[in-house]
Amino acid sequence: MKLVTAVIKPHKWEEVREALETFGVTGMTVSEVSGYGRQKGHTEVYRGAEYDIALVPKIRIEIIVDDTDADDVVGVIVTGAHTGRIGDGKVWVVPVEGVVRVRTGDRDEAAL
Amino acid sequence: MVNTGDTAWVLTSAALVLLMTPGLALFYGGMVRSKSVLNMMMMSFGALALISVLWVIYGYSIAFGDDLGGGLIGDPSQFFGLKGMMADVTTEAGGLPPMAFVAFQCVFAIITVALISGAIADRAKFGTWMLFAGIWATVVYFPIAHWVFDFSTDTHVGGWVANNLLAIDFAGGTAVHINAGAAGLALALVLGKRKGFGREAMRPHNLPLVMIGAGLLWFGWFGFNAGSALAANNTAAVAFMNTIVATAAASLGWLVTEKIRDGHATSLGAASGVVAGLVAITPACSALSPVGSIILGAVAGVLCALAVGLKYKFGYDDSLDVVGVHLVGGLVGTIGVGFLATAAAPAAVDGLFYGGGVDQLWRQAVGALVIMVVSFVATYVIGTVLEKTVGFRIDEEDEVAGIDLAVHAETGYDLHSTAGARSSGNPALADSGRAMNERKGTA
Repeated sequence: MKLVTAVIKPHKWEEVREALETFGVTGMTVSEVSGYGRQKGHTEVYRGAEYDIALVPKIRIEIIVDDTDADDVVGVIVTGAHTGRIGDGKVWVVPVEGVVRVRTGDRDEAAL
Repeated sequence: MVNTGDTAWVLTSAALVLLMTPGLALFYGGMVRSKSVLNMMMMSFGALALISVLWVIYGYSIAFGDDLGGGLIGDPSQFFGLKGMMADVTTEAGGLPPMAFVAFQCVFAIITVALISGAIADRAKFGTWMLFAGIWATVVYFPIAHWVFDFSTDTHVGGWVANNLLAIDFAGGTAVHINAGAAGLALALVLGKRKGFGREAMRPHNLPLVMIGAGLLWFGWFGFNAGSALAANNTAAVAFMNTIVATAAASLGWLVTEKIRDGHATSLGAASGVVAGLVAITPACSALSPVGSIILGAVAGVLCALAVGLKYKFGYDDSLDVVGVHLVGGLVGTIGVGFLATAAAPAAVDGLFYGGGVDQLWRQAVGALVIMVVSFVATYVIGTVLEKTVGFRIDEEDEVAGIDLAVHAETGYDLHSTAGARSSGNPALADSGRAMNERKGTA
């Protein structure tokens, strides 16, 4: 099993979710996060005082999938989140040792 | 027999002006960071709680008692505890019940004190703020209200600005705004800069609150200005219209200034321009034409938008721009009367631009400057004494962590519904705590 984590632009989130659903992903964990990469932050002005705001709002998606699905899920996210402009985000995959479904006690692949 | 129309309007106006202080709390509260929103609002609510009580005990008497000499201070014993003020002394010809005037002036004292708090956001001990509020009202505001608002009659001697200098200050450009603005500057200097001032982003945490606050201030300000006619009459109506249009022009002026300078017209700019315009028209609303009010408002909007940057240049942390908005706006309005007053308006005086020469102008300038200097010096002394004795600033650690939690044991927003339990001992939590300790072998 693999954990796919993606950090994407907030306005692409709806598209990515629909694409994942179409692909057959049945669940995910989503959080509103902030951070920066090469995009850096942005500037805000309050009563003439300029502030450099380092952190940019992003959406983080976490999905646990079968080994065989991992590459395809990554592909779906990348296609959905792509704008070609700086700040599009990142997707990464790490191995998962075990999973338990809390309600039934099912383990590993059966719990996905 | 009371004049029912006048009485109804003045009582309504007093309620409107009272609402300005909670409105100010929202205006200020939205501008600070989320970790200090409650303390910011509490400084306004603290003024509401304290100043009304002082006003009844001796404040009204210092402001409106018979002059003790030189037009400087009223007799504190004359109306001590508002004695004798409950009797209906209105005559056949009509009139205003004394207590309506007492109430109307009471709410002015409250908001003047509350205005100062914007200069010392995030860092003042609440107890010391309350001490300061009481001392400042007693030593500075009540006497200056006597100077400006206490008009002499056949049987009564009032203050020097109103009766000897004859400066026009219809609703408190000097007594309220220049006074609070100069006091804010003095306190900002006494308390010093916030940690990280000028380096860290001290962004407003909730601009919708700021805009609601500005809206409530504008609404309440109709009581402040039009209510100062103390009658439901023509003067009130002129003041009312001028309060609409000068404010609108100032908001426009601020927005255009920042669009040119910074590239964006901001919501904070719109709200700040509203307040700058309200401040400027306060002394002038009975003396200007509506077109004169547009000019005054626009000038105030532009100048205040430029003035709020001065604190970075000179390195004082007037956190929410009490100086840039209230002192500068108050000066623009008070001195602006000397230029823009027209005899066609209810105050019936011509300023420089209407052929009246400099006679009114110098009176306006003297009133404005004397009150600015007196307020600054007196506030600096009061603030310094408090800082050296009981201490005015909170610990640096508390300031960084957030004054709300440190001083009030509260936080403004609960954004994490899972955080925390009643400290009286939730049994489930206590159990899991024991289990954890057993596992770690620390039980």
